[in-house]
Amino acid sequence: MAETAQYRVATATRTSRIGLLVLLAGVVFLAMTPFWGGRAEMRLVVEFCYFLALAQMWNLLAGYAGLVSVGQQAFVGLGGYALFVFSIWLGVHPLLALPLAGVTAALFAIPTALVVFRLRGAYFAIGTWVTAEVYRLSFAQVSELGGGSGMSLPIGVIKAVAGSRSERELVVFAIGVALAVASTGIVYWLLRSRYGLGLTAIRDSEAASESLGVNNFRTKLFVYVLAASITGFIGALIYLQKFRIAPDAAFSLIDWTAYVIFIVVIGGIGRIEGPIVGTIVFFILREFLADLGSWYLMILGLVAVIIMLRAPQGIWGLLAARFDLHFFPVQRRLYLRDGRPPGGP
Amino acid sequence: MDWVNAVIQGVLVGGLYALFATGLSLIFGVMRLVNIAHGDLIVLSSFLCLAIVSGLGLHPLIVLAIVVPLMFALGYALQRGLLNFTLGPDILPPLLVTFGLSIVIQNALLEVFSADSQKLPAGELQTASLQIVEGLAVGVFPMIVFACAIAVIAGLQFLFYRTTLGSAFRATSDDADTARLMGIDNRHIFALAMAISLAVVALAGVFLGMRTSFDPSIGPGRLIYAFEAVIIGGLGSLWGTLAGGIILGVSQIVGGKLFPGADQLAGHVVFLILLVVRPRGLFPRAVD
Repeated sequence: MAETAQYRVATATRTSRIGLLVLLAGVVFLAMTPFWGGRAEMRLVVEFCYFLALAQMWNLLAGYAGLVSVGQQAFVGLGGYALFVFSIWLGVHPLLALPLAGVTAALFAIPTALVVFRLRGAYFAIGTWVTAEVYRLSFAQVSELGGGSGMSLPIGVIKAVAGSRSERELVVFAIGVALAVASTGIVYWLLRSRYGLGLTAIRDSEAASESLGVNNFRTKLFVYVLAASITGFIGALIYLQKFRIAPDAAFSLIDWTAYVIFIVVIGGIGRIEGPIVGTIVFFILREFLADLGSWYLMILGLVAVIIMLRAPQGIWGLLAARFDLHFFPVQRRLYLRDGRPPGGP
Repeated sequence: MDWVNAVIQGVLVGGLYALFATGLSLIFGVMRLVNIAHGDLIVLSSFLCLAIVSGLGLHPLIVLAIVVPLMFALGYALQRGLLNFTLGPDILPPLLVTFGLSIVIQNALLEVFSADSQKLPAGELQTASLQIVEGLAVGVFPMIVFACAIAVIAGLQFLFYRTTLGSAFRATSDDADTARLMGIDNRHIFALAMAISLAVVALAGVFLGMRTSFDPSIGPGRLIYAFEAVIIGGLGSLWGTLAGGIILGVSQIVGGKLFPGADQLAGHVVFLILLVVRPRGLFPRAVD
């Protein structure tokens, strides 16, 4: 055993410890918004948080599991509608309806997966889109849910969240921040677990991973259902903030998938830091360009196309390669005991 | 007779769907590229035709002689200037680049033509119909579209299996590296495939615009119909794609008759059922 004592395997690096501190500071800054900002700032931070959480989930699917979904709006919409059904029809407390919406989305994700997993690659992408369309068109048919024009949360349900408006906003704000932190944490934890190794193996070669004992189908299904469930939770939160739901908006490809894809591509796909950087860039761009209307989307699309062609690793990928930055190290590195650089004599 | 009529309408719409799908199927067959912007390129052709029709005052079918070569050239340029750089073992770049392209085209159309619904003036073709038996009449224009779909597929079938260019397409599709060793310029072959795909798209776009009203937002919906027709028919089979289009068209029209307002949903549901029952489609040729 003398051989093995001479090295250790670690994932953390010095920059990763510093990075974690920077991130922690960022989270504390956002969590303190109610102390330094007003209503508008709190709304903006909640929006930032749910886009970040959606982006983490899409990145987990596309960047790590090789499941490029263009249909995540299905689970945002399902989560949103689940909130309405549970709180209005079944009288469940709206805050309890949020996790139930996550469970609902997961229950819908299983049969959805069994259908779309029959398609590969790009055809899988369009398949997920079709299923999202099916959900949108189906909800538009249900007249009890307002059909195509949708419905609003009754005042009684809204009041059940908290008595006053500012208290309600604080509750939604707290859940939003928690959700962003939790979804980032879950992805990080998942990638450092044995599932993460399996996922990376699947992404790199399906055949090789299967032959090494990774159950590709089960691993992918697990990740797909997990992402759907958290996306459903996010959807419920979004509509708890908006109070009003309609099929076209709840199952919107642009709002819940296209923006999210641009965020991840611009930030850096297949990296946990990517969605964080992407969401920040997205909000900055929106601040300056949103008044341009359709030009704004055209610019976003062009930026994503250029990044995919010139720097497919995204902004974070460029920074990470240049400065060896890894805020969320999931790579295992080899260190020799006596401090010699790995690979030396 | 109502039901017979619905089925015939469905079959004829299926011809249009097959035209949507042929281009998608063609480029997937040659270079394994799925063009997410396919539907938006169909709508782009409709708008191009509209601009020329209102500028020159010609009939849309005559304008085809301008729009088809224009889209052919655009396809060649698009492939050589952009999409060739995305091809490789990784499926993400082509998928995400064409997705970005789709958003760009949609919003550019919105900026230029506004969100208003438009229609191409078809003149007398609009209402002309043929009486087959008592109480059963079939529109002349839908029949022209269907005949064109058959002609296009037969033409492509001939091109693929009877010409030198077709051999080059099939060789590149089977093994791009070996094809290059045999002196085939892949970049040129891929660009030609995209050019042909967009020429068919142009035809489909003009027919779409003459048949129904269109606006910049309907592209993704056409992509989904095209995709469903391809998958139902089986990857790599052009005649299968026609069958897929017909099945989709009939499901929509008959479904809409059974459940008013649910025609799109009926099409999607039939597609999903077929996907579960026959995951490789009805007439699969290609693997993957």
